[in-house]
Amino acid sequence: MNKIIKYVFYDIIRNKIILAYTLFLLLLSFGLFNLGGSPDKAILSLLNLVLLTVPLISIVFATTHFYNSYEFMELLVAQPINRKKIFMSEYLGVASSLSGAFIVGAGIPMLLFGAGVTGLNLLLTGVFITFIFVAMAFLASVITRDKAKGIGIALLLWFYFALIYDGIVLFILYSFSDYPLENATLALTALNPIDLGRIIVLLNLDVSALMGYTGALYKSLLGNLWGIGLAFGLLLLWVMLPLFSSRRIFSKRDL
Amino acid sequence: MKNLSKNIFLIVSTSVLLLWANVAFGSTLKVCKTCTYTSVKQAVKKARPGDTVLLQGGVYQEHGIVIDKPLTVLGQNKPVLDGNYKGQIITVIADNVTIEGLTLKNIATSYRQDDAAIRVVERSNIRILNNTILNTYFGIYLQNSDNCVIKGNVVSGKDVTGLNESALGNAIHLWYCNNADISNNKVTGHRDGIYLEFVEDSEIKNNISQNNLRYGLHFMFSDGNVYTHNIFRKNGAGVAVMYTHNIRMEHNTFEGNWGAAAYGLLLKEITNSVIKSNTFRRNTTGIYMESSSRLDIQKNEFDKNGWAIRLLSSCIDDTFKLNNFTGNSFDVSTNGNSSMNHFENNYWDKYSGYDLNKDRVGDVPYRPVSLYSMLVEKVPPSVMFMRSFMVDLLDNIEKVLPSFIPENLIDEQPMMRKISYDNDRKIAQVVR
Repeated sequence: MNKIIKYVFYDIIRNKIILAYTLFLLLLSFGLFNLGGSPDKAILSLLNLVLLTVPLISIVFATTHFYNSYEFMELLVAQPINRKKIFMSEYLGVASSLSGAFIVGAGIPMLLFGAGVTGLNLLLTGVFITFIFVAMAFLASVITRDKAKGIGIALLLWFYFALIYDGIVLFILYSFSDYPLENATLALTALNPIDLGRIIVLLNLDVSALMGYTGALYKSLLGNLWGIGLAFGLLLLWVMLPLFSSRRIFSKRDL
Repeated sequence: MKNLSKNIFLIVSTSVLLLWANVAFGSTLKVCKTCTYTSVKQAVKKARPGDTVLLQGGVYQEHGIVIDKPLTVLGQNKPVLDGNYKGQIITVIADNVTIEGLTLKNIATSYRQDDAAIRVVERSNIRILNNTILNTYFGIYLQNSDNCVIKGNVVSGKDVTGLNESALGNAIHLWYCNNADISNNKVTGHRDGIYLEFVEDSEIKNNISQNNLRYGLHFMFSDGNVYTHNIFRKNGAGVAVMYTHNIRMEHNTFEGNWGAAAYGLLLKEITNSVIKSNTFRRNTTGIYMESSSRLDIQKNEFDKNGWAIRLLSSCIDDTFKLNNFTGNSFDVSTNGNSSMNHFENNYWDKYSGYDLNKDRVGDVPYRPVSLYSMLVEKVPPSVMFMRSFMVDLLDNIEKVLPSFIPENLIDEQPMMRKISYDNDRKIAQVVR
């Protein structure tokens, strides 16, 4: 299994795209940290971009990579290796190389400009988001054999989580504004990893004071160490869910 | 207003002259460890009206001093009156008393009597100057006393974090006092920094009020007062003013009032007033306005606040003119859909219009209320979607095709560049 991970990892590293991704993140972070006065402000701007671009790049890259290495996987399946192992090493190879790129691209500027705990939260969130969206990409790719369809599904997933979901929730909140919605909002944000990640970072910045009663509720739940653990636990759940379901499909279906 | 200041001037100058006359003709009673009088109480008892009680440096363990005749109590070389948590230190029950240069400390929390370091009861022309008051329940407490001067005092309580509001008193507390002059004081660590109730025609100037548990400044039913060049900083809930008309607030600084229920300036039922050339920086809400009408809000600086202005729809006929709005999360938010207030010639950093005829006024009107800020006002939990991409998208769509945001809440002539008040500021510095 380690051999396969290593192979996939080096294969991706050789790829120019991952280098470009790292450079893009590096440039972006350096730019933002130099522009905004305080590191907090830069993190706020970085957060927006991270929550938009990281899922998009992860999901598109992982989907195309999966289809491109189909032949390699077929070759491996012919060997006496467990299918689950093949799938998992493929997944870990892609996810770790992408999150490695993210850590280098966003982490080095943060370290240099002294972003502190908030920066660490953002970094962790970014890594989790990468793992989640690579898992979703794999789910999209095992559902269908057709490459175009697979990428379409992946893009739709991204579109749903990054955009449509927030719209739907805002609409729900607006329609039911006569009811106490604090706990409902809490539950609804947990159903979207991107929202969850955003809130983890925001609660640790001083803008959290703007969030009034709901913010206080969130803060009492997620503000302490245990709560942060819970939030990251939820994100971990978000990794497991698509990953294990796609692994199941992969190991059972006819290649 | 002119008449008022003239009157104040007359009164103050007369009282100063009178006092001076008293000092000139009265005798001086010295208090120190080796003098004839070893305690303030003895000296006050022996003194005749118009005398001066002169305290030399040292620590005096005294409480319950009652000043019942026109005296000047003067401290030399920083004498300390230690109340030892046994009760009120000085109570004034005579007119024309001056208390100057003392250090008063240690008064216990007393829920029943509201003990203060200096209390003035139903008297006038009292001057409380350059005293230092440390670790007390109430600091300076005036009730039913007109024409008083409270100047240059430092009133400092304790570290208020984690304390209960009822366990703390106010630093400077005035109740039914007209023509007061409160200036150059520094108040910290109390419930309210400056508390005024039924105080009219007074001037509050050059004070610094910070780190108080509740409000830096709190007044109610106090008409015709002037507040200038004060600094209100890092108070638990900012500044709250209620049920008052005809006030002027100029050149004040409201900053760092940051927290879930903090305001730079909370206005409730304030009418016919002027709020001019103030600075609001890093407050959760710069100005919160409720049922306040006919206000003239001009030349203020709103910088890095959560909400610069929260204007409830119960406010009418307010004018916002020549203000700078920079770096605020929300510029203006409101809860209704029509607004009867007037915005003109403000600078908004979020404005993206153009100026073809180069007259420094944007050709396209600006709508300071965003769709999302309205949504937050209507459904508070939706604030959790702050900085979501969808929210930015909705705001931009609404900006292009306005349909939900209030039709009349609009700045027809936004400024293209940040307005510079340097001339004003320079004058302010000179005045200071």
